Amino acid sequence: MDPATIIAAISIVTAGLTIAIGSIGPALAEGRAASRALQAVAQQPDASDTITRTLFVSLAMIESTAIYCFVVSMILLFANPFVDATALGGGG
Amino acid sequence: MEISPDAWVLYEWQGLRLNATIVFTWGVMALLVLVSWIITARLSEGETVSRWQVMLEVVVTTIRDQIDEVGAADPARYLPFIGTLFLFIATANLLTILPGYQPPTGSLSTTAALAICVLIAVPLFSITRRGLGGYLKSYLQPSPFMLPFNLISELSRTIALAVRLYGNVMSGTVIVGILISVAPFFFPILMQLLGLLTGLIQAYIFAVLAMVYIASASRAQRKTDPAADTETPRTSREGD
Repeated sequence: MDPATIIAAISIVTAGLTIAIGSIGPALAEGRAASRALQAVAQQPDASDTITRTLFVSLAMIESTAIYCFVVSMILLFANPFVDATALGGGG
Repeated sequence: MEISPDAWVLYEWQGLRLNATIVFTWGVMALLVLVSWIITARLSEGETVSRWQVMLEVVVTTIRDQIDEVGAADPARYLPFIGTLFLFIATANLLTILPGYQPPTGSLSTTAALAICVLIAVPLFSITRRGLGGYLKSYLQPSPFMLPFNLISELSRTIALAVRLYGNVMSGTVIVGILISVAPFFFPILMQLLGLLTGLIQAYIFAVLAMVYIASASRAQRKTDPAADTETPRTSREGD
């Protein structure tokens, strides 16, 4: 195989692994956060405004970890710097 | 596949390139300025109030209440900056319902510019409130050993702010692009509906996080102020 093919294959596999492994943690964490928030709302319905706002903010911050992985995998797939390097300057 | 509106060049003249990001940013700016200018040109305090003025009042008072709840001392100081951030990002994300429009927040350049605005605004608000010495002292706050970590957190939260907004908006565009080629009619519409919700939430989160950063940078003085000891801080969320 020439280097470009190897780089493309490794990039595709790595992009899949990145998004697969990287989304496990945020998924578990978002489930925990949402269940805790629902419990809190059920116990104290008066504070539901504050709880909902804090929940949204924390969900977005948890989710940003998965978003970073998504950005990295998108870079690997569509804007891979190493593919250009091999295309320009021959091999390796 | 295009993953960024940067690559879509609308107009080129002697090496000056006008890409879609800049054009749509100008469009959003013009829309916001025009609408608010037209509405505020004929404000009334009488009994009959136009419905547009009511809408604007609701928007402004809601943003002010949110800033107040995050824990800033006087919301009026921060309202122009935070409100502009929220309105710009929300409008840029919500206009995706128009065909042919690409959200400028789906480009890393736009979100990096917005995050740099926050990076600069935090010391500015803090210095005007506590003075230069007080601001610089906050970097040594728990102990002087924390100085490099404080500097790193200042930088990393700016990058996180930029990449979070960019990643969310860009992922919506990419998912719709993939689904159009897989399942053409129905599912892209659902994902675009989800994208509208995500865009609004991200605008809210960007504004709230900017406010939390500004508030946490200018809050430390209140602990040394004996008059403010009775006032308990409402939130203690800090950077991620």
